Amino acid sequence: MSQVNRLAKGGRIDRSQPLSFSFNGQSYQGFVGDTLAAALLANGVDIVGRSFKYSRPRGIVAAGAEEPNAVLQIGSTEAAQIPNVRATQQALYAGLVANSTNGWPSVNNDVMGILGKVGGKAMPPGFYYKTFMYPQNLWLTYEKYIRKAAGLGRAPKANDPDSYDYMNQHCDVLVVGAGPAGLAAALAAARSGARVILADEQEEFGGSLLSTRETLDGKPAADWAAQALAELSKMPEVTLLPRATVNGYHDHNFLTIHQRLTDHLGEIAPLGMLRQRMHRVRAKRVVLATGAHERPLVYANNDVPGNMLADAVSTYVRRYGVAPGKQLVLSTNNDYAYRVVLDWLDAGLQVVAVADARSNPRGTWVEEARKRGVRILTGSAVVEARGSKRVTGARICAIDLKSHKVSSPGELLDCDLIVSSGGYSPVVHLASHLGGRPTWREDILAFVPGEGFQKRLCAGAVNGVFALGDVLADGFEAGANAAAEAGFKASSGSLPLVETRFEEPAVALFQVPHDKPTARAPKQFVDLQNDVTAAGIEQATREGFESVEHVKRYTALGFGTDQGKLGNINGLAIAARSLGVSIPEMGTTMFRPNYTPVTFGALAGRHCGALFEPKRYTAMQSWHLQNGAEFEDVGQWKRPWYFPKAGEDLHAAVARECLAVRNAVGILDASTLGKIDIQGPDAREFLNRVYTNAWTKLDVGKARYGLMCKEDGMVFDDGVTACLADNHFLMTTTTGGAARVLEWLEIYHQTEWPELKVYFTSVTDHWATMTLSGPNSRKLLAEVTDIDLDKDAFPFMTWKEGQVGGVPARVFRISFTGELSYEVNVQADYALGVWEKIVEAGKKHGLTPYGTETMHVLRAEKGFIIVGQDTDGSVTPDDLGMGWCVGRTKPFSWIGWRGMNREDCVRENRKQLVGLKPIDPDKVLPEGAQLVFDPKQAIPMDMVGHVTSSYASAALNHSIAMALVKGGLKRIGERVFAPLVDGSLVEAEIVSPVFYDPKGDRQNV
Amino acid sequence: MLHIFCPHCGELRSEEEFHAKGQAHIPRPLDPNACTDEEWGDYLFFRDNPRGLHHELWIHASGCRKYFNVTRHTVSYEILETYKIGEKPSVTEASLAAKKAVDQGVTA
Repeated sequence: MSQVNRLAKGGRIDRSQPLSFSFNGQSYQGFVGDTLAAALLANGVDIVGRSFKYSRPRGIVAAGAEEPNAVLQIGSTEAAQIPNVRATQQALYAGLVANSTNGWPSVNNDVMGILGKVGGKAMPPGFYYKTFMYPQNLWLTYEKYIRKAAGLGRAPKANDPDSYDYMNQHCDVLVVGAGPAGLAAALAAARSGARVILADEQEEFGGSLLSTRETLDGKPAADWAAQALAELSKMPEVTLLPRATVNGYHDHNFLTIHQRLTDHLGEIAPLGMLRQRMHRVRAKRVVLATGAHERPLVYANNDVPGNMLADAVSTYVRRYGVAPGKQLVLSTNNDYAYRVVLDWLDAGLQVVAVADARSNPRGTWVEEARKRGVRILTGSAVVEARGSKRVTGARICAIDLKSHKVSSPGELLDCDLIVSSGGYSPVVHLASHLGGRPTWREDILAFVPGEGFQKRLCAGAVNGVFALGDVLADGFEAGANAAAEAGFKASSGSLPLVETRFEEPAVALFQVPHDKPTARAPKQFVDLQNDVTAAGIEQATREGFESVEHVKRYTALGFGTDQGKLGNINGLAIAARSLGVSIPEMGTTMFRPNYTPVTFGALAGRHCGALFEPKRYTAMQSWHLQNGAEFEDVGQWKRPWYFPKAGEDLHAAVARECLAVRNAVGILDASTLGKIDIQGPDAREFLNRVYTNAWTKLDVGKARYGLMCKEDGMVFDDGVTACLADNHFLMTTTTGGAARVLEWLEIYHQTEWPELKVYFTSVTDHWATMTLSGPNSRKLLAEVTDIDLDKDAFPFMTWKEGQVGGVPARVFRISFTGELSYEVNVQADYALGVWEKIVEAGKKHGLTPYGTETMHVLRAEKGFIIVGQDTDGSVTPDDLGMGWCVGRTKPFSWIGWRGMNREDCVRENRKQLVGLKPIDPDKVLPEGAQLVFDPKQAIPMDMVGHVTSSYASAALNHSIAMALVKGGLKRIGERVFAPLVDGSLVEAEIVSPVFYDPKGDRQNV
Repeated sequence: MLHIFCPHCGELRSEEEFHAKGQAHIPRPLDPNACTDEEWGDYLFFRDNPRGLHHELWIHASGCRKYFNVTRHTVSYEILETYKIGEKPSVTEASLAAKKAVDQGVTA
């Protein structure tokens, strides 16, 4: 298909470089320099999608970020899919594949559109609150079809092949927007020597200078833009960021910039290049030069393809050499829009008429249009567009602005393009992200940025300064001021001359009246992306939604990916009129980041896949991998979970490992447990204060188990602490609690008891720990150590220093399995070698490596708790049956003592830790199962506790569990029931949690 | 990327090196056994919730590992000062009010 709408010459495109692309399966051609939207218009594509609710055909309306309709799905493969790309902001590249996001069977012939015509009346605002309510159980069915019908884009189902990253930047002045105001500001700031970042969302810098008919120093405005850029790019302290949208203005001058590095080159970045980068900028001063968006007028059928913004058509003609039609009608309330008429005539095309809402417009461009034979109907507006899939005509009527009524039957003119201009809305979004609401200026009929709590200046159109000469001056002054505030003296500079032009003020017109009342007239669209009509807004106010925030949420005005850039001001003006309040009284809704949508990739940067979270490995990791370990995550650590042999699943492997430990000997990598070295003359006193039990009399060479509580009396960590010397202890903690405990010790030492002389050092990574556990552990260890392991020489709960595997070691005789057990600590660098030596010697003793699952089962058989599994921050030592660990007579009121003596902590019937033995030995209770005493009671049942740990026990040949049960310690022997999610019931007997070797003989041999 | 001044390191460091640990200047009662359950509960659970200046504890977790105090405005999120444990804040609601009065010419 040829480019029927491409002008023979003109535009900033490169006509020597044609590009092929496809849309909805059809091939087209465009040129380097086109946006996808420009190329579609050049090829005469009218319909780019179907509207959200009514499925009406929609075409391209604008030329920039404010485009509501041309939101397309890009990508030729699954991995390259990108949903909801604005065709106006996508540079055309060879082979680009684009599709509409909705429309079935196609955008041109859509079934839903028929329903929309018929069912439209049944879908007023909030219809989903009023319909599809009953029967309630069918909602999920309705929802599935509503979602299908009202879709926008789809997420890819394959991994993103591209790389993204982020960069932190600091600068003196960040200039947002590189149109005339931004370029002038950047020049002023950069010339002062300040470090400047200039960012613009478009492919090229220059903004409105690239399409204006106004000249600078008598030459095309784009020439001056190129000159300014050339100067800026030579300055070493200036960073230029094109294709970079400043999308969020956060606290203390922190802004995020989303830079598209290679989106213009292809659907996937070229090899070795990044796709996008997120700049995180901390700026001393910010200059917002974000410009203004033209507002469309709201009139009947203004959504038919061929209704566009005046400014957009100018841009397509002058910048892209595209004329999206042949016969143009302009409906306007201001002088500036007349440039589209002059641009259209310059391109050799026909202007059918201009409808000007003012009674006697005589501005420079108006007179020029008249001189060139354009028919201007004053005191009039386009009241209705005709056509269904494309504009075929415009009905222009005289209107009375005061009474907001149509005052003539009007005339119907043939045309295929209606452009409208209702004024200009400064792009105040960034200025308002931190909550400062914009203020209304009646003189320019626009909202400008409100008070800024941040150190920022606004310049140019965003500030309500519209005349080009004034814009350049405003920008230059803002840049100089920003640099000065940042400490750099600005040098004066001259600005190019702009031809003066006489412009008359606009009149306030947002919604154009219709002969019929709004509710009966053909639909007048306010928000195109969400199908919000003027009638819908009026209805919302009638139903009592008077706050602008409520009107927004009830009608969905401004909800879409365009954030209501073209619709919000019109919408609130209509709501204001309907409620009889002024526009400033109505106010705007909140503006929030991001200004335009940001891809997930850009937000994730490098933090995905292998780099998402650091992984911590012990010194023996390579051995675990070679020996087939399956791993589990414990905090950031990777710990061997079990070591399956060929054909074994988890249960088989764990059963084998458990029996091996109980009957022969097992080896466990326990390096991940926290180790804190504590030294100082006041170390004992400090331990007395942080642990529940007493440490004053722990002799050198001995070790003791300690419980740690918070001030509320609840257990939060535990571990064995050994006395290395009179003022030197080694504390161990749980794996997950190590960092937390260290901060806990430090906060008390630094903020409460600084007078105590004690120091803490984390040595978790410095020492590797290998645990030998089982009846053969002494025999095995004896082969690799010089330490005397005789029962009396090396009793339980003591430690010894010596050599293991030829390496200096500390060996602790402590047991978490209930078997004879030695924990060997060596410096981590040597650990793998020592481990290998032990494994070699272990072959004749039946040494079996075991993982965390087996460790959990073995300790549960002995009733040993795991903090965080059997406790949850609401359990005291007494609740755990560990009152033996509580030093009730320690002189200092240690951490937890006052808390565990609160009334609720000492009352009857608290949940207490018990063992559970299911009546059916093969049934393993699910961890977390809720427990009841009476399984026959009505729902909701009285829940009396839950299962905290639960396993199949190979040693005991039946399942076991630990649970917290109300008054459990007094209920030994009673029955309790677990009603499960699948409706079944497991019955269990409450028993002591010490299932195996209740006297504890085996660890003492 | 927000730079916070660590009073122990004596220099500005990036915000990622720190984290906040709640309200500052809450001393542990010297005689916990003399506290009623209600008083102990106040110590455990009740905290100020000011719309304005908040004096809080921070720790330089990835730096010197020392705790220090911060005066921060809960609406603007501005950090007005950092000071060591045991010191008193120099920026308080009272000092700000006094400064405002001077600026407005109400007092000298």
